[in-house]
Amino acid sequence: MRINCPYCGARCLEEFTYRGDATVKRPESIDESARDAWVDYVYLRDNPAGLHKELWHHGAGCHSWLEVTRNTVTHEIVAVELAAKGR
Amino acid sequence: MAGTQINRLSGKGLVDREKTAHFQFDGEAFSGHPGDTLASALLANGVRLVGRSFKYHRPRGILTAGSEEPNALVELRNGARREPNTRATTIELYDGLDATSQNRWPSLRLDVLSVNQLATPIFGAGFYYKTFMWPAAFWEKLYEPMIRRAAGLGYPSKLTDPDHYEKSNAFCDVLVIGSGAAGLSAALAAAKAGARVILCEEDFELGGRLLAESDEIDGKPAQEWARAAAAELESLPDCRIMRRTTVFGAYDGGVYGAVERVSDHLPVPPEHAPRQRLWRIVAKQSVLCAGGIERPILFGNNDRPGVMLAGAVRTYVNRFGVAPGRTAVVFADNHDALRTATDLAAAGVAVRAIVDPRPQASAAAEQVAGEAGALYIRGGIENVRGAHGIKSVRVKDAQGGSKEFDCDLLAMSGGWNPALNLTTHLGGKPAWDSALSCLVPGEDLPPGMQVAGAAAGQFSLQACLASGEAAGAEAAKHCGFSPSALRRPAPAQDRAPATPVWYVENSRGKAFVDFQNDVAVSDVKLAAREGFRVPDHVKRYTTLGMATDQGKTSNLNGAAILAEATGRYLGAVGSTTFRPPYTPVSIGALAGHHRGKDFRPTRLAPSHRWAEEQGAVFVEVGAWMRALMYPRPGEAAQETVNREVSNTRTNVGVCDVSTLGKIDVQGPDAGELLNRVYINAFAKLPVGKARYGLMLREDGFAMDDGTTARLADDHFYMTTTTANAVKVSQHLEFCQQVLWPELDVQTVSATEQWAQYAVAGPKARKVIEALLDAGQDISNEAFPYMACGKFTVCGGTPARIFRLSFSGELAYEIGVPARYGDVLIRAIMKAGAEHGIAPYGTEALGVMRIEKGHAAGPELNGQTTAHDLGLGKMASTKKDFIGRFMGEREALNEAGRAAMVGLKPLNPKTRIASGSHLVKRDAQATGANDEGYVTSMAYSPELETFIALALLSNGPARMGEVVKVCDPLRGNETLAEVCSAHFVDPEGERLRV
Amino acid sequence: MTIMRYSLASLITNALTGNRNWKPVWREPEPKSSYDVVIVGGGGHGLSTAHYLAKEHGITNVAVIEKSYIGSGNVGRNTTIVRSNYLLPGNEPFYEWSMKLWEGLEQDINYNAMVSQRGVLNVFHSDGQRDAFVRRGNAMRFYGADAELLDKEQVRALVPFVDFDNARFPVRGGLFQPRGGTVRHDAVAWGYARSADSRGVDIIQNCAATGFRIENGRIVGVETEKGFIGAKKVALCVAGSSSRVAQMAGLRLPIEAHVLQAFVTEGIKPLLDTVITFGAGHFYCSQSDKGGLVFGGDIDGYNTYAQRGNLPVVEDVAEGGMALIPAIGRLRILRSWGGLLDMSMDGSPIIDKTPVDGLYFNGGWCYGGFKATPASGWCYAHLIATGEPHPYAAAYRFDRFGSGRVIDEKGMGAQPNLH
Repeated sequence: MRINCPYCGARCLEEFTYRGDATVKRPESIDESARDAWVDYVYLRDNPAGLHKELWHHGAGCHSWLEVTRNTVTHEIVAVELAAKGR
Repeated sequence: MAGTQINRLSGKGLVDREKTAHFQFDGEAFSGHPGDTLASALLANGVRLVGRSFKYHRPRGILTAGSEEPNALVELRNGARREPNTRATTIELYDGLDATSQNRWPSLRLDVLSVNQLATPIFGAGFYYKTFMWPAAFWEKLYEPMIRRAAGLGYPSKLTDPDHYEKSNAFCDVLVIGSGAAGLSAALAAAKAGARVILCEEDFELGGRLLAESDEIDGKPAQEWARAAAAELESLPDCRIMRRTTVFGAYDGGVYGAVERVSDHLPVPPEHAPRQRLWRIVAKQSVLCAGGIERPILFGNNDRPGVMLAGAVRTYVNRFGVAPGRTAVVFADNHDALRTATDLAAAGVAVRAIVDPRPQASAAAEQVAGEAGALYIRGGIENVRGAHGIKSVRVKDAQGGSKEFDCDLLAMSGGWNPALNLTTHLGGKPAWDSALSCLVPGEDLPPGMQVAGAAAGQFSLQACLASGEAAGAEAAKHCGFSPSALRRPAPAQDRAPATPVWYVENSRGKAFVDFQNDVAVSDVKLAAREGFRVPDHVKRYTTLGMATDQGKTSNLNGAAILAEATGRYLGAVGSTTFRPPYTPVSIGALAGHHRGKDFRPTRLAPSHRWAEEQGAVFVEVGAWMRALMYPRPGEAAQETVNREVSNTRTNVGVCDVSTLGKIDVQGPDAGELLNRVYINAFAKLPVGKARYGLMLREDGFAMDDGTTARLADDHFYMTTTTANAVKVSQHLEFCQQVLWPELDVQTVSATEQWAQYAVAGPKARKVIEALLDAGQDISNEAFPYMACGKFTVCGGTPARIFRLSFSGELAYEIGVPARYGDVLIRAIMKAGAEHGIAPYGTEALGVMRIEKGHAAGPELNGQTTAHDLGLGKMASTKKDFIGRFMGEREALNEAGRAAMVGLKPLNPKTRIASGSHLVKRDAQATGANDEGYVTSMAYSPELETFIALALLSNGPARMGEVVKVCDPLRGNETLAEVCSAHFVDPEGERLRV
Repeated sequence: MTIMRYSLASLITNALTGNRNWKPVWREPEPKSSYDVVIVGGGGHGLSTAHYLAKEHGITNVAVIEKSYIGSGNVGRNTTIVRSNYLLPGNEPFYEWSMKLWEGLEQDINYNAMVSQRGVLNVFHSDGQRDAFVRRGNAMRFYGADAELLDKEQVRALVPFVDFDNARFPVRGGLFQPRGGTVRHDAVAWGYARSADSRGVDIIQNCAATGFRIENGRIVGVETEKGFIGAKKVALCVAGSSSRVAQMAGLRLPIEAHVLQAFVTEGIKPLLDTVITFGAGHFYCSQSDKGGLVFGGDIDGYNTYAQRGNLPVVEDVAEGGMALIPAIGRLRILRSWGGLLDMSMDGSPIIDKTPVDGLYFNGGWCYGGFKATPASGWCYAHLIATGEPHPYAAAYRFDRFGSGRVIDEKGMGAQPNLH
């Protein structure tokens, strides 16, 4: 697998570290009422078969966190963006 | 010696007859020529029996001339270089080669375990599953050892592989896999269009089947054309030709794995050269031209030496100039194989008969038979005689008559299968081609891959040339090049419908499908009868296709028998999945140089050389080598540690702490970021101060701890544990880039940039003062506990000094740019000499931190919470931070959790082993009574007792209780008193002097 | 239902009649319109669940539906290791029970699954790793499992060809579980299937579940490729595909799908008599009865539903192998493959009811699925039959993620690819 890092260009898998689902959002509230949202955020995942937005860290490159859109059935990567963008 | 090559044909073949290569097989001396394989050289010498089969130990010969060989496996080389299961058909002959037959005892001709053949009715498919169960204990003691000894093939060397391996990366526009007619055409078309081309060929000669056939291309012999094509490719600037290189796997992103056998054709690798090299080839486009693999027709005793695939016979005749026999019968259901009769006859081999199992007579076959002086018989092979090499075959004709032909060679062919394995490595499925009666590449090829030639079911020479050229041009076009117009039109009609015959019905004796694993037609039928009706079930039940050849010559025949046995259409039966590697790849090549000491990188602290000079003993801490202790001559390990601890507590010691993770955090929002990652507050930490911090994971469990110093308003300097340095750095980047990109802050690891030393002990200040340049003040008043600042030392060297202490003594950590680390440690030692300074290692450091009750790796194990570590009260209630919400869950804070305490043995001389579990004083050591365990232990020279840290259920409320410390693993039990983890100077008075 | 009992006599009798009289190991029935229990997933766990439902609880009106052929998932893709060397109280009793079931399996199901207790050795390289193994070994002893701490020389006696002299991480000793070992993985699926079938369970292959029919919060059946099948209870048992299947019932799980690659070398004469695990190098290995070295390492580490991996892990595993046993450089890998794992958020499995009445869940097995096969079926059958969790699996509940009572053997937190 190769990921096209916006800063570094296409690089092989071993330069990156995987984190997981990029769509989960950290709750802003720390009230008890937000419990379900926290459990969701920390533990529950869609884990889809198909397109998956996911976070990768370019640790052997520019140290960017990337949001990669990848098909979990074919491993085809359809988009790579800086994770910081649009957040 | 050359005189022994009784089967060498004069005037034929591509071997170098000017030179002789001497070799041994089973201790007997032979000779061949450069350009031979071991198989061709053995055949040239009239050797037909080369191995024994896996299960029945049946005598086996050479079936093929390529990497699909199931039978002719030998142990190549000796001693530490012994390579079991090496295919004689791919071993390039070299002078001095030494090979041994395998899976036989005491000798190849007389093999005791061939007695297994007598029991073949019982040893049917799956017999293991139905027996060996009584009595139960006999499986491990009797049956299994017996099976294990009999199974396996060659003997592995148990010695360290003495050769070297390498890994390389290559990048290209077009990767062409295979150098037959299609591959050469594809490479030429792509390279001439300007594409960067890599051409890989598993053989040592380019040309593929062109080397094996008596074809002509453009009016010249095909072998000449191949040579010219290769020469043209060599002349192009951006074409790299890699011989002896097998592309074994297709991976995601256009990555292909290939292994180059750099030195396998030599007795030993040249100095500084690897034996093999792993290539990771990144290709924008690929053209698979891997050719085809001929399939057998199955009949009784079809495994006897001398039964050979028809195409392989042509290879031996035309490429190697070897007659695999002197009297032949050809048994084939296709036109292609007739060429074998022609070529054999032309080489002077008597062809007795062409046996054709198809329902309709073939005029072409009849004609070829006539020209070759052979009988043409419609029928099948009923049996084969000759255990160690065939002597005759019995042919049953279509009218029911039967005739015996004396012969020593039976050339058989059931048609060809495309070598399409790589097309399925990324999940694609092959498609059934009913006209060709074979699987062909499906629609879902790996991205960027095209298939040409026989691998695509384009079996004729014209089709190979045309499809190769077209695919090469197309690949170049996809890479942005403009190839010139195609020269070779695709042949109009090239799909000669096949009438495949898979096996001969009612032949005598075992008819083998999978030669190596001894799977017979009857086994497949038995499996089907027992309900194993899909190819994967049959494979797993009978082991068909699981041998070293992965069923290259057997899978489709097996599927055909299954289809018939289950009354299904063959095209609907499907196939097992092809997986990498295409042919077996050595573990050494995949590992490269990552072995021995070079298995993983070794990180050395800036003082490493100095520590070596002091006679330090080192210990691996992650990738780092750290000084464990600095023993003096004659000292026992415990004495060393005691001395280092005592000296630090009474005089002064120095310890290299450069391996701690160090992270620079800069920007206006640096304090805010730290506020969000630590459980305690940092935003208001004054400049010039440091603070201990604990960070959690988002699930509320402790992640790491360390001190962070504020060097300026917008500049913090964080330290982490050695083990978690990378993880914390990545975590901060995650927080800063993903969670809170709005914060104006940057983080960068500075672990490698700073050498840092802890100078600890009552006399530490004197040592540091001696290093400081004039006019700087680190008195207790000017630079109190937890102060930090920038200084210069040793005449202008910039230094950061932190008044921190892990040991519990008055201590300073002094950091300088890493390049000054070696100088600084020597300067510290010099300055400390008059104060009795001595270095201490991680062992003494560990003792002192246990004496102080500081958590470290064994307590920060990812399973503990702030509460467990006694740090729950540190957490700020005024802010959100990573892990706060989840960390407040009741289960993470309840009293019954195992929390950190100290333990003192009732007998101070009794060691409390780390890893021991704790139960109540009078309880038994059972799971139900388990209350925690010992995390760390040490001998405290100051308290003159062993001490320990433990995680104990409800521990902090049990001070003074005596618990039982159980180590059933080593048969020890002892009693210990629960106490505070702060064994030494609990009030921290020594820190503040 | 008749079953042909396997015995030495039956083997010889059949051999004398040309092996023509062997009967199918299981029937190929069409699905009935409804069952008491439909188990979704004909892998090791689903089939063992069916076996124990029938044998231990007398519940035989059961169907196992399988989208492909039985045993086509992880039970036929693992590295065949069985062991009960776990650390935490939530796990160790369960895996030790599984070990005990393995020990009696063949007599229980009259099928030789080649349970081979050749021992499982985990080597360590430092005092810290030794102490962690001591903690583990003692936990095993506390729960009645066997464990021995070996010093370097004892390790050398077991595996003399390990690199003791020139290693980056020299071996200083090991934790050994003599009762651990290997089991012929496919045979486990076949043996359980044969036993369940003989007790009346319908095993229905090529019958994927396509949906669940839920009425008023209660499951009433499964939509399948072969039509609707009514069921009083539906038991999911599809590790590797859990999220995909559970999603059809509206459930979102604490699970990610990952691929674990495995490898086998060409068959060689006996070299390695035990299972050996090299934690510092992400490498574990045994030698099969056929002679191949069977080994693996880390998961690839990204979400995937493709049963295949990539080259970096292949190399990483080979490096681990060469670092531990430098004699294997000239042995050749003949096949690599991949199995899909349910990597759960704490690295431990789930055997529990779901919010849908009558719908049960079994999954999240991470690396540990194969060795758990008997106990998983045993405990799942108990849950399905009685409605109560089995004591050995009492910790394997969904609610632990909310409460924080996670079972995190490695201490890696909610990061599935690190477990």
